[in-house]
Amino acid sequence: MSILKVENLVKNFGGLMAVDHISFDINEGEIFGLIGPNGSGKTTTFNLINHYYPVSGGKIYFKGQDITDKKTFEIARLGIGRTFQVVKPLRRLTVEDNVMAAAFAREQSFAGARAVAKEMISFCRLDKWSEAIAGGLPIAGRKRLEIARALATRPSLLLLDETAAGLNPSELDEAIEIIINIRGKLGITIIIVEHIMKVIMSISDRIHAIAHGATIAEGKPEEVAKNPTVIEAYLGSDYNVENYLNA
Amino acid sequence: MELFLQTLVAGTLIGGLYAIIGIGMTLIMGVMGIINLAHGQILMVAMYITWVLWQYLGIDPYIGIIVAVPVVFYLGEGITKYLLHPLMEKDSIIPENQVLMTVGIGMVLVELVRSIFSSDYRSVQTSYTESIWRIGHISLSVPMVIAFVVALLLTLGLFLLLIRTDLGRSIRATAQDKDAAILMGVSAEKITILTFGIGSALTAAAGSLFLPIYYLYPDLGPIFTVKAFVITILGGLGSTVGAIAGGLVLGIAETFGATYISMGYRDAVGLVIFLLVLIFFPGGLKRLTKI
Amino acid sequence: MAKKSTKDTALVSKKEWMIILGLVVLPFVFNFSTYVQGLLVIMMIWVMLGTSWNLLAGYTGLVSFGHAAYFGIGAYTGGLLFFHFHISPWWGLLLGGPAAVILGYLLGIMVFRLRGPYFALGTLASAEILRIVFGEEEWLTNGHNGILYITTWTTKYPYYFIGLVLALGSIFTVKAVMRAKAGYYFLSIREDEDAAQALGIDTMKYKNISTVLSTFWAGTAGAFYMIYMGFIDPEVVFALHNISIITILVGIIGGVGTIWGPALGAAVMVFVQEFFRSAFFGLAPSWVSRLHALAFGLLVIFVILYLAGGIVGDWDIIRKALRFKRKTEIAE
Repeated sequence: MSILKVENLVKNFGGLMAVDHISFDINEGEIFGLIGPNGSGKTTTFNLINHYYPVSGGKIYFKGQDITDKKTFEIARLGIGRTFQVVKPLRRLTVEDNVMAAAFAREQSFAGARAVAKEMISFCRLDKWSEAIAGGLPIAGRKRLEIARALATRPSLLLLDETAAGLNPSELDEAIEIIINIRGKLGITIIIVEHIMKVIMSISDRIHAIAHGATIAEGKPEEVAKNPTVIEAYLGSDYNVENYLNA
Repeated sequence: MELFLQTLVAGTLIGGLYAIIGIGMTLIMGVMGIINLAHGQILMVAMYITWVLWQYLGIDPYIGIIVAVPVVFYLGEGITKYLLHPLMEKDSIIPENQVLMTVGIGMVLVELVRSIFSSDYRSVQTSYTESIWRIGHISLSVPMVIAFVVALLLTLGLFLLLIRTDLGRSIRATAQDKDAAILMGVSAEKITILTFGIGSALTAAAGSLFLPIYYLYPDLGPIFTVKAFVITILGGLGSTVGAIAGGLVLGIAETFGATYISMGYRDAVGLVIFLLVLIFFPGGLKRLTKI
Repeated sequence: MAKKSTKDTALVSKKEWMIILGLVVLPFVFNFSTYVQGLLVIMMIWVMLGTSWNLLAGYTGLVSFGHAAYFGIGAYTGGLLFFHFHISPWWGLLLGGPAAVILGYLLGIMVFRLRGPYFALGTLASAEILRIVFGEEEWLTNGHNGILYITTWTTKYPYYFIGLVLALGSIFTVKAVMRAKAGYYFLSIREDEDAAQALGIDTMKYKNISTVLSTFWAGTAGAFYMIYMGFIDPEVVFALHNISIITILVGIIGGVGTIWGPALGAAVMVFVQEFFRSAFFGLAPSWVSRLHALAFGLLVIFVILYLAGGIVGDWDIIRKALRFKRKTEIAE
C-alpha cells in the first residue's frame, strides 16, 4: 500500500531547476533510497516533502491525503519525521530534553513524554549521553540524536538525510543496525538519502537515482548500480560502480 | 506651495546629515552584522567634545570637528577592540549579546557625560547661528547649508575610500562575505575595529555639524540612535547608497510630519515608516529602487 | 534548563519556601524607613518586568526591546478608567494585564514575521510610537500632563505585600510553564525554529502563548505601578531607556533563561543604584551619588563580558572565583 506518493515535483530557485518533475511512490514498510551526486536535489526533495520550501509544481500525497500545501509542523504531526543533513540539535538542552521536546508532539504529560524519550534514546543507543548537553556531542552522537528526536514524534514515515556522513567504520555499522531496526522493530517506512554507497546499497529495498534534479533511474539496488546513466552521473563514463563500492 | 517647498528644502538639508549618521551605522552593520545601539550616544559625545572646545577654548564648532572626529574614531576603535570583539567567541543564550553590549556602552556614555556636565541643556551661539540666506521666498539656515555641504563632501570622501583604496576593498569584501574575506588574507579583527572607528567618526562629524543648530544634553544620544537604525533599515541593511536614500527620506518625512501633522509627531513619522518598511519591504528601499 | 532532579519535585521547592518566608517576614524583622520600603515596592515591579521579559527573550528567544509598550498600556488601563470614568485604578490591576495581552497579540501579528535583530527593532519602534501617541493625544490621555490619582494608602507596606504576591505570581507562572510541554516548545523555538517546526511544533502558536504570558505580567506590573505611584505620564511608563532597556539589563545581570535570574537582577539593580545614590551609605563624599546610573552601566558591561549567563546562570563561575580568592588569602 502506498504511504507517500510524489507526482511531478518541481522546484525552481530563480532560474535554477533544483527539482525537475520527480515522481515516486513509496510502499508502506519499505526502505527507499534516494541517491545522486552532490547538488542533484536530494535534500531539496526532502525540504519539499516536509514543506520547508513551498513547491513550484507537483503534488505530494501522504496516505492518500494531499499534503502539498500543509505547513511543516502539520506534516510532522501527520506522521512524517525527518532528520537534517546539517544537524540541528537544540544546542543548550540535554539529549533527553531534546528528545522530550519532540515527544510532546504525541504526549501531553511530562511523564509520558519522558517515557517516550527514554525509549527512543536507548533505541538509538544514546543512553550514555542522555544527560549531556546536545551542542557538545561528537558527530556520531548528534546524528543519532537527530534520529531519536524524529522517532520521538512517532512518525509512520521517516526521512533520513545523510545520517551516516562523517562516521567511522564501527559507528557506521551501528548506524546501519539502528536504521534497519527502525523498520524491523518500529515498523516505520524510511526514505534515506545517503552518499556512502555501502550503506544505501545494503539496506534499501528500492533506489531512486537523480541527477541535476531529474530522475535517471529507479529499481532494485543491484539494477540501479549497473545502470550506465547512474554510473556516468556519479563517476564519469569509464568507471565501474563495483570498484567504487569495494573501495 | 511655498510652505511645501520650504519644508522640502529643510527636510533635504537635515536629511544630508542623517545620511552620514546612517552610513556610519550601515558600515558597522555590514561588517559586524550588529545594530549599534550606542551610535547616537557616540554622536552625543562628539557634540560635547565640540562644545567644550567652543565653551572653554573659543574654538569654532566647524574647526572643532578636526579634534572631535579623530578622538571619537579612537573611542570607537577602543570600544570594538576591548568590548565588542571579545564577545565574538562567547556563547550566550541571547545571540544579540553584542547588541546588548552596545546598549550598555550607550548607557555608560550618557551617564559619564551626565556626571561631568549634568543634565543641563547647552548650546553654542556663533555669529552665524541665526543667519539665513533667502532664495525667493524660501529661507535657508546658514549652518544647515554648511552642514549639508560638509556632509556631502564626507560622503564623497568615504565613497572614494571604499571604492579606490585597498582598505576600502577589504571593508567591502568583509561586509559581503566575512569567511571568504578571511580566506583571502583580510584580518577580520583589524577590519572590524577600523570599521567601527570610521562609523563612529562619521557620526561624530554629524554631531559637530549639528551643534550650531541643536540643543545639547546627555539624553540626546538615544534619539539619534533610533534615527540611525531607522535610516539603516530604510536603506536596506549594509547598503551605503541605501543609507543616503534612507537619510534623505527620513529627513524629509520628519519635516513634513512636523509641518503638516504636528510638531510632536515628528519623531513618530520615521518610526511608522520604519515599521512599515520592516514588515512589508524587508530589503529596505534598496529592494524597491534596485540601486 | 532545570536539572532533572528538580523537575519531579513540587512546584515550590524547600529553598524557595525559605526565600518566600524571608521576604514575608522581612518588614517585621527590620524597621525600614519609608524610603527603603518604597525601594522594596519598586523592586517588586522590576521583578515582574524582568521575569516577564525573560519568558519571552530568555526562554523563547524573542528578544523584546519594547517591553515599555506593555508596561505602559497596563499603567494607562487603570489610569484612563480613572481619568475618564472616575473608576478606581485598582480595576486596572485586573484589566491592565489583559489589555497588555491584547496589545501584545496585535503587535505580534506584525513583529512575529521578523526574526532576530529585526524583531528587537520592531518591538522597540512599536513602544516608541505608543510613547509619542500617548503624549500627543491629549483628549484621550491628558498628554504630557499625565494622570494623577491620590493613592489609597500612605504607608508602603500594603503595597509591598501586594507587590510580593504579584512578583511571586510571575515567577511561579514561568516556573510552572517551563516544566510543562509549552516550556519545552519555547526552548525548542529559541534553540532552532526550523528544527522546532520539523518536530511538529506550531511555532507561531507557541510564540503567541509566550507573548500572552509575558505581556500579561508586564501589563500587571504597569497597573501596579500606577496604583502605587499615583501618577503616570507617557515619558515615564513608555520610556525606551528607563523601562524597556532597564528591563533587559535586569534580565541579563540576573541570568537570562533562569527562573530566579531576573528577580535577583532586579534586587542587584536596585541595590547597586542605591548603594551609589547614598554615596556608599554616607561613607563616601557626596559626589559619588551622582554616579549611580553610571555604576549600573559599568556593571552591565562587566556582566556581558565576563558572566554571559548572568549571576544565576554563571553562579558556578562566581563561586569558583570567590573560593579561589579565599584560598589565596589564607595562603598569604
